[in-house]
Amino acid sequence: MQDLRLTIKENRQLTDKMWKMVLCHPDLAVQKPGQFINLKIDGYFLRRPISVCDYAPGEVTIIYAVVGKGTKVLSEMQIGETVQALTGLGNGYDISEAGEKPLLLGGGAGVPPMYLLAKQLRAEGKMVTVILGFNTKSEIYYDEEFYKIGCRVILATADGSLGAKGFVTDVMPEDYSYIYTCGPEPMLKAVYKKAETSGQFSFEERMGCGFGACMGCSCKTITGYKRICKDGPVLRKEEILWED
Amino acid sequence: MGRLSVDLCGIEIDNPVIPASGTFGFGYEFAEIYDINCLGTFSFKGTTKDPRFGNPTPRIAECSSGMLNAVGLQNPGVEKVIEEELPKLKEVFHKPVMANISGFSVDDYVYTSEKLDKEEQVGWLEINISCPNVHGGGMSFGTDPEAAASVMKAVKEVTTKPVIAKLTPNVTDIVSMAKACVDAGADAISLINTMLGMRIDLKTRKPLLANTTGGLSGPAIFPVALRMVYQVAQAVDVPIIGMGGVSSAEDVLEMMMAGATAVQVGAANLVDPMACPKIIEALPEAMDRYGIETLKEI
Repeated sequence: MQDLRLTIKENRQLTDKMWKMVLCHPDLAVQKPGQFINLKIDGYFLRRPISVCDYAPGEVTIIYAVVGKGTKVLSEMQIGETVQALTGLGNGYDISEAGEKPLLLGGGAGVPPMYLLAKQLRAEGKMVTVILGFNTKSEIYYDEEFYKIGCRVILATADGSLGAKGFVTDVMPEDYSYIYTCGPEPMLKAVYKKAETSGQFSFEERMGCGFGACMGCSCKTITGYKRICKDGPVLRKEEILWED
Repeated sequence: MGRLSVDLCGIEIDNPVIPASGTFGFGYEFAEIYDINCLGTFSFKGTTKDPRFGNPTPRIAECSSGMLNAVGLQNPGVEKVIEEELPKLKEVFHKPVMANISGFSVDDYVYTSEKLDKEEQVGWLEINISCPNVHGGGMSFGTDPEAAASVMKAVKEVTTKPVIAKLTPNVTDIVSMAKACVDAGADAISLINTMLGMRIDLKTRKPLLANTTGGLSGPAIFPVALRMVYQVAQAVDVPIIGMGGVSSAEDVLEMMMAGATAVQVGAANLVDPMACPKIIEALPEAMDRYGIETLKEI
């Protein structure tokens, strides 16, 4: 964990709700895909946790949804302005278990962490299939980027306006070696049910600190209580315990 | 002894800055980024007789100048704290630590206090009779002077270390609560725990917290905390640990001027993990500015 003052290099709108921001600092380090950074936005007490979409030494890309006043302020920030952030938070995805044909499933705001993951898996020479799920055509973003790094991309929209009509679980291929996923909880549940291999699932929860101190984001797992921010956000399929 | 040192119930601490229970875990997360031995001490995560998961999520909500939490005393239980957490803590923290203790009955408090009193690392026992987020315990002891006194008296009988009563602000008369605790043997008073509050999600028309209500902390409650510290300081002659929204060296000085011997820092740790070392570092200069030679003279 580092607390750094990052400089905004890019901040632009991708879709109606989603924005892309590139932030830099010479000491910036992200250890794994699936980690997040926690941004301090002026005028708001708690930080805003946002998952890492892409990373190169000294530079991190985040894609965030404008859902409230805090993220609205973030979307209005200009290139060259700075923002305080805790970086390198969360456990992230472990790519060592991917096998040869990993299947990645990202839904809505859960798409971004799939990108750095896919990039690292491609760098290891894996055959990566990515299923991206959205509600409708106008909400789609980043599909091109996955093509460019050599992934097989399958698009699904709930209303069928582009790609297959349905959910990510409706278009899962038969042959894959491992699952990585991030998205809304109903989607994670559906993937869990249908998955024929082991996998890693990234969860979302309202956080206090983001680094394991406050117990604000705890969940129950097969292997005991876990903090989504510190022991997660990525849980292994075998340890997930669905409540209700 | 340095300019910043203070005496807390017979134990000299290097400075009056103490991370508050529930915002600092057992210290390890912070030890990853700074040497936590720079702290006066810290109050560890509220510990109960039995393990507790706490409340369902969401447990956290935000508001202007503060936050609400309804964690509900998640902790591994006193046995695990002694077997696992304290040995781990020993590796990173070499000063006496403040044990924060909660319960659901007088017997619970007695059981947990007796166990932690025997631990060499523990310097003080902070008895939390003020948690607003659990039912049938916690705050219910802190809103009735007789119940508070019964807990203090019972804990004092089984312990040798200084006992601190941690009070809730959710009462009409804080002074009578403090007096009842001191009369029952409390060696110090810490206040204030969080103030009961709530938020509603406009879209769903439902409370933001799964527990419906939660405890408000952060700068929003600082003036209330300061007022209560002041009132209690006028009425009792034991040390007072002031807390509630403290987030700067100036806030520490203000708390001490109101009558606090030491000061706890809570929500500020969650927003800025370096909050406490920054406050400690800023204290000497702030003291110079206001003509304060040593903190003890306040």
